[in-house]
Amino acid sequence: MRRLLSDTLVIAERNLVRLPRAPELLLAFTVQPMMFVLLFRYVFGGAIRTPGYSYADFLIPGITVQNIAFGGFVTAIGLNEDLHKGIIDRFRSLPMARAAVLAGRTSADIVTNLLSAVILVITGLIIGFTFHTSAGEVLAGFGLLVFFGYAFSWVFAFVGMIVSSPEAANSVGFIAIFPLTFISSAFVPVSSMPEPLRAFAEVNPFTITVDALRALWLGAPAGDNIWKSFVWALAIVAVFAPLAVARYRRAATV
Amino acid sequence: MSVHGLAKSYGDVRALDGVDLDVQEGTVLGLLGPNGAGKTTMIRVLTTLLKPDAGSATVAGLDVVRDAAELRSLIGLAGQYAAVDENLTGQENLTMVGRLYGMDRAAARRRAGELLDRFDLGDAAQRVVKGYSGGMRRRLDLAAALVAKPPILFLDEPTTGLDPRSRLQLWETIEQLASEGATVLLTTQYLDEADRLAGAIAVIDRGRVIARGSPDELKDRVGGERLEVHLEEAARTGAAAEILSVMGDDPPAVDGELVSVNVRHRPGAIVEGVRLLDDAGVGVQDIALRRPTLDEVFLALTGHAAEDADADGEGSG
Repeated sequence: MRRLLSDTLVIAERNLVRLPRAPELLLAFTVQPMMFVLLFRYVFGGAIRTPGYSYADFLIPGITVQNIAFGGFVTAIGLNEDLHKGIIDRFRSLPMARAAVLAGRTSADIVTNLLSAVILVITGLIIGFTFHTSAGEVLAGFGLLVFFGYAFSWVFAFVGMIVSSPEAANSVGFIAIFPLTFISSAFVPVSSMPEPLRAFAEVNPFTITVDALRALWLGAPAGDNIWKSFVWALAIVAVFAPLAVARYRRAATV
Repeated sequence: MSVHGLAKSYGDVRALDGVDLDVQEGTVLGLLGPNGAGKTTMIRVLTTLLKPDAGSATVAGLDVVRDAAELRSLIGLAGQYAAVDENLTGQENLTMVGRLYGMDRAAARRRAGELLDRFDLGDAAQRVVKGYSGGMRRRLDLAAALVAKPPILFLDEPTTGLDPRSRLQLWETIEQLASEGATVLLTTQYLDEADRLAGAIAVIDRGRVIARGSPDELKDRVGGERLEVHLEEAARTGAAAEILSVMGDDPPAVDGELVSVNVRHRPGAIVEGVRLLDDAGVGVQDIALRRPTLDEVFLALTGHAAEDADADGEGSG
């Protein structure tokens, strides 16, 4: 267990150290979220009715959840590259903890996700978003957000281990998760959707998490959303972490 | 290191088809074979990356499947794809590997520094690997395999794709490691590489070991080295062939102005050939000693050319 922890930290450090040297990835974490906030706020915002909230207030919790769920794409691409370049072989031939390569990757995502979320929220504050709750609730919101993002890092870790190329890792993740984030309460009120979509949106973990974040940041009624969102994230980790580690154990350089 | 009846298939392709092999401690074994012969699969099984379908293998007395975890701290692996992180510096790469072997940060950093100096990478230590040349990457990869001073080294085609100068440099390094007592298993497609580095060679083809022995024994089976003489005048080939016939066991072969003869265990063959021809007044344009190539080894041992060996499912070796 000690070994797992120290090896995980070594791998996490590796992934963070190399990040600034891959500028295209860094752009994805910094400029891209700013761009989306501006697009939604000023292009779509005027046409979307969000009773009870300004669109800036409505948008920021939604878009931060979407953004953080995609943060793990770096894990999918990076793992797949490591697989192709023989780096996974090197790690597997070392006397290190078997889960540490994946755990290190997903842990590094926590740091980049948090950075990305902070940039996004600051952009939000500039365009008119305000927190309506206490500092404690705001921080709890960030905690939930980061944990939800961490769960999706494991989904991406699994994707990265099974697809044939880094490009495929990117598009599989995109195709699987993009619609999920849109058929939710992230950008528009669910009540505006046609019936079948609404039914799906109401049980979608993205809706649950976005609504939980609106409760923690805007003071919206929390309902069961906060603990349900937490349980969803926990369940996603419980399913995808063992799947990804199992794939890692028998990974072969393709 | 001891291997018995090792087998591994990918779908229908039998990458390893009952391999038996022994490597004495402190020796260098060259595993020689064309692409797709099963060399890489062999290395992957012995370095615990791949579970065999059948058979058994022990390295340093440890079973590669049962004792895999324990074995990993005794082996170093350097692959044909230089497995180093392009976005880390040389120093960072080696320090990371050291820490994953369980060293603390200071010890790992110290060891990384030692290795970088030894492998002539001291000046490039703080540079990101992306800017390294192919030869530098290979050396860094090899250094990474040596971080924990493992007694057993696996080198998978260590010089494939390198320019001649880097290749020579890497050969010298490997020779030095061997002289320090490391047990080395190296795979290669080049007979000259196996000849130079390995005390024993096992030739592998289609997942089977088809011949083994010292480099000299193997070359003998293929017909040894050939002395090739380019004459100044094609008209003198008959005379030259007759003169040179005393040097070889078989009659010399003639092709245009080229006369060649196999010279088994005959040190100084070039000097001898030049002197004989010169005494007879036959003009020599060029003379060289040529070792049998892998193709010739294969042709002699299997009856088919090396290229005929099907590429197996994993793409390389």
